[in-house]
Parts: sequence; C-alpha cells; structure tokens
Amino acid sequence: MVKCDKVLQELSNYIDEDLDPALRREINEHLRSCHRCTVLVDSTRKMLYVVGDERVFEIPIGFGERLHSFLSERLGN
Amino acid sequence: METEVTRDESTLIERIRGGETALFYELIRPYERSVYLSAYSILHNHADAEEVAQEALLKALTHLDQLRENDKFKAWLLLIAINEARMRRRKERPHLYESLEEQTMETENGEFMPRQFADWREIPSDLIERKEIRTAVLKALDSLPEKYRDVFILRDMQHLTVAETAAILGLTVQAVKTQVHRARLQMREQLRKAVDGQIAVLEGK
Repeated sequence: MVKCDKVLQELSNYIDEDLDPALRREINEHLRSCHRCTVLVDSTRKMLYVVGDERVFEIPIGFGERLHSFLSERLGN
Repeated sequence: METEVTRDESTLIERIRGGETALFYELIRPYERSVYLSAYSILHNHADAEEVAQEALLKALTHLDQLRENDKFKAWLLLIAINEARMRRRKERPHLYESLEEQTMETENGEFMPRQFADWREIPSDLIERKEIRTAVLKALDSLPEKYRDVFILRDMQHLTVAETAAILGLTVQAVKTQVHRARLQMREQLRKAVDGQIAVLEGK
C-alpha cells in the first residue's frame, strides 16, 4: 500500500488522471483512510478551480474595442 | 485528432498569410481574453497588460509566417504574450524581479514540503470574483520562480495540455509535469489562507 510521500509525489498526476490504473487504485485506497492526504488532494483541486476560472481576473471595460482600433490603425484597415 | 475548430482556424491562418489581413480579427477573437489574462498574470497592472496584449497580438499577425504548425496557434500566441510581458516586467521592475526570483519554498534536495494541511470547504461561486482572491492569486504567482510560473499559467490558467505546454516552451513532457507539480504545491500553500479567509467572510463568520 502506498504511503503519504508517494501520494504527495504523484499528486499532480493523480489530479490529471495520468497514472496507471494499479497505482491509482492504491492511492484511492490510501485516501480512504488518510485525512491528511485527502485534504491535500481536495485543496489542490480547489486551488486549481480558483485559478483556472477566467473570472479570477477582470478584463477592463472596452478592452476589445480598443484592441481593434489599435490593430486597425497599425494595419491600415 | 483534427477538430473542426482547428481546421477552420488553419484555413483562416492560410488566408491571412495570403494577404487577407482583415480576417485576423476573426482569428484572434476567441483568444483576446486569454492573451490579456496571461499578460496580467505577470504584470499585475491593467494598463500595462492591455498594452502588452495589443503589442503581442500585433506581433502575432506580423510574424504569422513563423508559426510552423497551424493547430498550435493558441499556444504560440500565449507564448508571445508571456514573453512580451516578461520583457516589460524586467525593464520596468528589475529589482522586484530579482528579489522574487530568489524566493522558493524548496528544501535542500529540491523537494517542496507542504507545511500544513488545512481543510478547504466547498468554494462559494462568488469567491472567485472577490478582490482579495485576485490579489492573493497575483501574489502567489509572484512567489513562483519564473520557469514554474510560465508552465503554471499555460497549463493551469490557460488550460493548455502538457504536450502543448512542452512544445511551446521547448521542454520535455516530463519537465512540464515536474514543474507544474511543484508550482501547484506552492500555489496551494500560498493561496490557502486567502481562500479560507474569504470563505469565512462569505459565510458571515
């Protein structure tokens, strides 16, 4: 059975579902009985949810219009 | 596998190369936000990010003949934006840049160790739009060494695949996986308090 350090090492591959099925099963097994690692996986997923949402940063009002005027001016069309 | 989107995009790219430059607006429309956000992730300033986004898109158009694989347009475009933003940041804030690059959270053998394992509850949907979270995300990104930051922005903020990220940064797939793993652990650690704190505020505690 895998230990906590293995879960930490494979955390990203686990989240990305990039593990061979046997190791994935072992990690799942470990997570059922290890609160510490469950929290690690869970909080990393939530961090990715927060940073991966494009609402996390604002786009200034009028950005698209100004971009198009800038390019038209430079391209002459 | 080639999708309809990449096929259409490839046709657009060919036509623009053939002289129909006005089609460029159509080509970039789906990516304008991503270009802006990538620049903003590095510069933390709306005016600078907007200028860099404009320059990056202009550069993409004028260098479109250098794009070798048409289906990598998004990744190529984001790399131009990141490079432009990075150059501007170095030029304008060299001292800040140096001090930030030195901050890493690795142990002697290069492994990152998470300090605490605080529990994060469900994330309320309006959490993401809170100013405190935005500030914390920028600060956390700043704490990453530059090579981790580029990989993290492309992979986890702009959702490129590992292979796309590797190709565009000239890294191996394994190097991308390693760097993204370390970046995630650091980002999680850096954002932990801000996320917990804002959830408590939203829940009225």
